[in-house]
Amino acid sequence: MSVTFLGMPATRPFPRNAAGALRDSQLRFNLRKATRTIRAKRASVVAEAPDWAELREAGRAIKEHTLRNLDRYLVRLEEAVTAAGGHVHWAADAAEANRIVTELVKATGETEVVKVKSMATQEIGLNEALLEHGITAYETDLAELIVQLGDDRPSHILVPAIHRNRAEIREIFAEHMSGWGRPAPENLTDDPAALADAARLHLRERFLKTKVAISGANFAIAETGTLVVLESEGNGRMCLTLPRTLISVVGIEKVLPTWRDLEVFLQLLPRSSTGERMNPYTSMWTGAAEGQEFHLVLLDNGRTGVLADEVGRQALRCIRCSACLNVCPVYERVGGHAYGSVYPGPIGAILTPQLRGMGSELDRSLPYASSLCGACYEVCPVAIDIPSVLVHLRTRARHPWPERAGMAAAGWVFERSGRLARLQRAGGRLRRLTPRGLHRLIPRRLPGPLGGWTDTRDLPEVPEESFRAWWDRTDGGRR
Amino acid sequence: MRVALFVTCVNDTLFPDTGRAVVRLLRRLGVEADFPRAQTCCGQMHANTGYRDEAVRLARRSVAALRGYDAVVVPSGSCAAMIREQYPKLAGSSGPFADAAAQVVPKTYELTEFLVDVLGVTDVGAYFPHRVTYHPTCHSLRGIHLGDRPLTLLRQVKGLELAPLPGVEECCGFGGTFALKNADVSAAMCADKVRAVLDTGAEVLCAADNSCLMHIGGMLGRQKSGVRVMHLAEILCATETAGVR
Repeated sequence: MSVTFLGMPATRPFPRNAAGALRDSQLRFNLRKATRTIRAKRASVVAEAPDWAELREAGRAIKEHTLRNLDRYLVRLEEAVTAAGGHVHWAADAAEANRIVTELVKATGETEVVKVKSMATQEIGLNEALLEHGITAYETDLAELIVQLGDDRPSHILVPAIHRNRAEIREIFAEHMSGWGRPAPENLTDDPAALADAARLHLRERFLKTKVAISGANFAIAETGTLVVLESEGNGRMCLTLPRTLISVVGIEKVLPTWRDLEVFLQLLPRSSTGERMNPYTSMWTGAAEGQEFHLVLLDNGRTGVLADEVGRQALRCIRCSACLNVCPVYERVGGHAYGSVYPGPIGAILTPQLRGMGSELDRSLPYASSLCGACYEVCPVAIDIPSVLVHLRTRARHPWPERAGMAAAGWVFERSGRLARLQRAGGRLRRLTPRGLHRLIPRRLPGPLGGWTDTRDLPEVPEESFRAWWDRTDGGRR
Repeated sequence: MRVALFVTCVNDTLFPDTGRAVVRLLRRLGVEADFPRAQTCCGQMHANTGYRDEAVRLARRSVAALRGYDAVVVPSGSCAAMIREQYPKLAGSSGPFADAAAQVVPKTYELTEFLVDVLGVTDVGAYFPHRVTYHPTCHSLRGIHLGDRPLTLLRQVKGLELAPLPGVEECCGFGGTFALKNADVSAAMCADKVRAVLDTGAEVLCAADNSCLMHIGGMLGRQKSGVRVMHLAEILCATETAGVR
């Protein structure tokens, strides 16, 4: 069996990654500001859509139906794309997808490609794979450009450089733009307009001279063979129209049955992701344009395995809007890097361990990277019940032995009410036996994993008498 | 109407004042609640930590202890959500457990639901002369959708000054074993919640869940903030004659 790669190596468990991120005051400030801004924007444009609940249900139903009939729709998509003059390739995993794309680029004789922001190519680590064959991939989305120039990793699905503020971006541009093409202007300020202008000039040169483009797709219509990309900067439109060869790497779950289905998703996606009523640049293309070559690489990379899980497969409904990241209290405090995957936040916590398996410590820890507060489910435009999937995945995790012992002990006590009553009496007696001064005998800081509580919080005092003891003594307060 | 009190293991063991308050409050409103002695824990901790088999055993025990009543009152949004949302999934579609769950689940009410929806009361005759802020816990807010029932009840309490809590819908970071397994993130979330509570200038933070209050209160106590935490039931139980703790 091939190992599924998700753009980053699975390393330390989530809590350890998080501990480092929590200490980064700049990161905390940036994330707090950015997530709260997008969250508020989304909330206001969703509130003004009177049929949001119906749209959400339609989105869920269309995705569910498509996933149940994926075999049929994928073949139909292949036929339609081929009929329109495109070439379709099937990739079982990241390595095969990278190999296909590398061969396609090599066949053009080019050594440079421009890229539209794409999660699928981040997922398979395409840029790194191309570089091994002497091909340089240039990111053209503003945030991806910031990440690439800063030799950084994306930390958000929609806003990969969300962990950076404009002062940091100014520094990255001033220092690294020259190494990748047109340098940043002298005396660059951190004024957003100046930064955007520097990026625009830098990228314009690249668009005009590059002959090969690589994209992903938000949707692929089986009925017509049409691919759809939503973006906000116009860089996607440049990449999709100017170069002679276009290669699109698309996850197999991106297929939609009919053109009509877009009606639902073109409303759900912009409001959920950027908090806009309508998406600024929506590019659609069917097969190859005249004088252009078009290749579609359909990517599995663990997805069919996820489909086999009745509870977990709803994660494949995801349209990568990021609403769950922006609303997640855990993501807001630790950022995306702690999740060790290009898919961070709540959706990452259920998608990554399913795609990659739960072999590593990190992947086993991801389903626990949530307080199960439910905010993600509430905002999900395709109604993925993320908390339920998290709980489902937790049943599949291998639990550490002290925890297993504690849970077994608790289960044993709760099995009989008499056992619970005896334990409560013992607790009360211990308390009565230790007069006020001696109460300190109970350690203020607990050992082992329980210390996580007492490091920052006091323990509640054990009462002298439990509720059930009171009930028995007083006949429910009647005596 | 035969009413059972499902007090929850946390209240039973650590916060008996809450259970006593529910009993007294209901008695004042003319309802004699029964306390089925076989009850222990709803199984939420096991279920949410990934110990499904143990959770099923505890859920089966709980519905066996609670069946046969016209209503089950739970002074915890979280445990009520466990019963209402997770029991049907754990019980499956057929068999004795499924039958018992089908009886108990629709009759299970969180305390404020029982007061407002079943008894039709919003003024419970309480007196609590303090500045109070209310934290809607995640499971009462997004799990069982308590809505403004708790606030409606609090607004009728004589002498009570209600202070709105900023960032009211945000999780406090408790999350059961999350507080231990991701202790640092949990503490970071709690620190923000504590800051919001202090900003209200309230003397008392109340909620429908003692577990979240134990977490927030644990940090408020460690900081010697002088803000105390109290279950909503204890505020609703307080009267001029009974006195205020």
